[in-house]
Amino acid sequence: MMSFSLIVGFFLLWEILCIALNVSDLILPRPSEIIVTLVTRFPVLWPHILQTLYSTLTGFVLGVIIGVSIGVLIGTSRVAYGVAYPLLVGFSSIPKVAVVPIFVLWFGSGTTPAILTAMVICVFPIVVNIATGLATTEPDLEDVLKTLGASKREILWNVGLPRTMPYFFASLKVAITLSFVGAVLSETVASNRGIGNVMMTASSNFQVSLVFAGLIVLALMGVALYAFFSFLESRVTGWATRGNDIAIT
Amino acid sequence: MSMTSDISAPARPTAALQPATQPASRSNPVHPRPAIELQDASVVFGSGDKVVTALSPTTLRMARGDFLALVGPSGCGKSTILRLASNLIQPSSGIVLLGGREPAAKELRIGMAFQNPTMLPWLTIEKNVMLPLKIVEPFKRTFQQDKKGAYRDRVHALLAQVGLQDFAGHFPWQLSGGMLQRANLCRALIHDPDLLLLDEPFGALDQFTREELWQILQDLYLDRKPTVLLVTHDLREAGFLARRICVMSARPGRIISDKAVTMPQPRDIGVIYTPAFVEMTQGLRELIAQIRK
Repeated sequence: MMSFSLIVGFFLLWEILCIALNVSDLILPRPSEIIVTLVTRFPVLWPHILQTLYSTLTGFVLGVIIGVSIGVLIGTSRVAYGVAYPLLVGFSSIPKVAVVPIFVLWFGSGTTPAILTAMVICVFPIVVNIATGLATTEPDLEDVLKTLGASKREILWNVGLPRTMPYFFASLKVAITLSFVGAVLSETVASNRGIGNVMMTASSNFQVSLVFAGLIVLALMGVALYAFFSFLESRVTGWATRGNDIAIT
Repeated sequence: MSMTSDISAPARPTAALQPATQPASRSNPVHPRPAIELQDASVVFGSGDKVVTALSPTTLRMARGDFLALVGPSGCGKSTILRLASNLIQPSSGIVLLGGREPAAKELRIGMAFQNPTMLPWLTIEKNVMLPLKIVEPFKRTFQQDKKGAYRDRVHALLAQVGLQDFAGHFPWQLSGGMLQRANLCRALIHDPDLLLLDEPFGALDQFTREELWQILQDLYLDRKPTVLLVTHDLREAGFLARRICVMSARPGRIISDKAVTMPQPRDIGVIYTPAFVEMTQGLRELIAQIRK
């Protein structure tokens, strides 16, 4: 409720300041204008929203699959950890804007580079969290299964992975927003579809209120995706946040 | 559960501690092969200059169905023997046999409980206790069919035996330390192990809870007759529960005394206040005090 009134207050202040200081539409449109644009242009925006969502989610799913696989590998093997970790850190410190041209070069502009950018940008936090969760599993818990004669796979399934779930979901929340950034980034640079492209085109045509409408759509989508994974997290890993009766929302 | 602390318990035979019939295993005609057999087994950690001897070459035999308590100063290698028996570590030299075979052959089914209850926090007590049935043969073969039926009943029956019938659906963090340790015992026993390995399971509990759990453990032991190896630093716990008490020297550890406890079982908790019992624990205490010097 507090955060809701804060949001409303923010937009109200924006509206009032725009009117009071007589700011031009071309610099900063008023929220009321943006909303009108959003509603009237919605049929045009809708396919682009779907396009961005598609690129983001496809890239995200691929990223999760790859991230979990690498994470399990380097989290369970000390050798793989030593070999792969420096490589991953190096790779992750490359600004992702820099890889978009490479993907365009390889696959042409359009959906593919957007998906790939969304994928590579979200792999790293997932790998790090899965690996950390597995590597920090209490030996006591593993010993319980070892004394029963459990195989490595059984230990991974019954102790390692469940133990890692809170780390995994924490990383998913970061990863989904990053994927989103990656997809829009790629659309902005090299695509003729998607919200990123809409904003780019609108900006070059001085349709400033449409640019801001795009921004709001992006923010809403980001919040929705984040909220979805937060919800999933609370359902799956409730055991790790027990007693937190005062939920932070 | 019954919890008697009757100070004026009937007097027991005075000579409570007598030399164990050595070797105990040969006197058991049903299972000629001892449950646990250590032959000059030693454990050394590290390498080069930083070698730490956790266990000097030790020989120990335990007959099936026996209840042996291992006592000694801290860091003497009691837990090392337990970890050898549970196949968590391998001996640096010598031989460890379980039921006459290599531990990896899984000749004996093992149940183990540590001082820390180590319940998996994401599972309910019921699922935690059921875990061995998911891992250990032959139970695991029919786990998918039986987990909602026969195995569930089995878990509930055992939980009821330790007074936890109302807590099957609770998560570990909702239970007290004593309750968790009871659940821990259940998990160690659910798959009817031949060998029960207990590493100071009651060390972190208060006196009353501890005595309560001694009685529960005694009942479970007499009911099922597994071979029990109990590591403890509580001499009264050793005296109350065990049939045989081995004392270990300070590091690097080895067994320096091996005595049978002749008081008949089941023992009443009041027994720990009888002169014979006090004399026995006093003897052990003095022995350990000497080693520590």
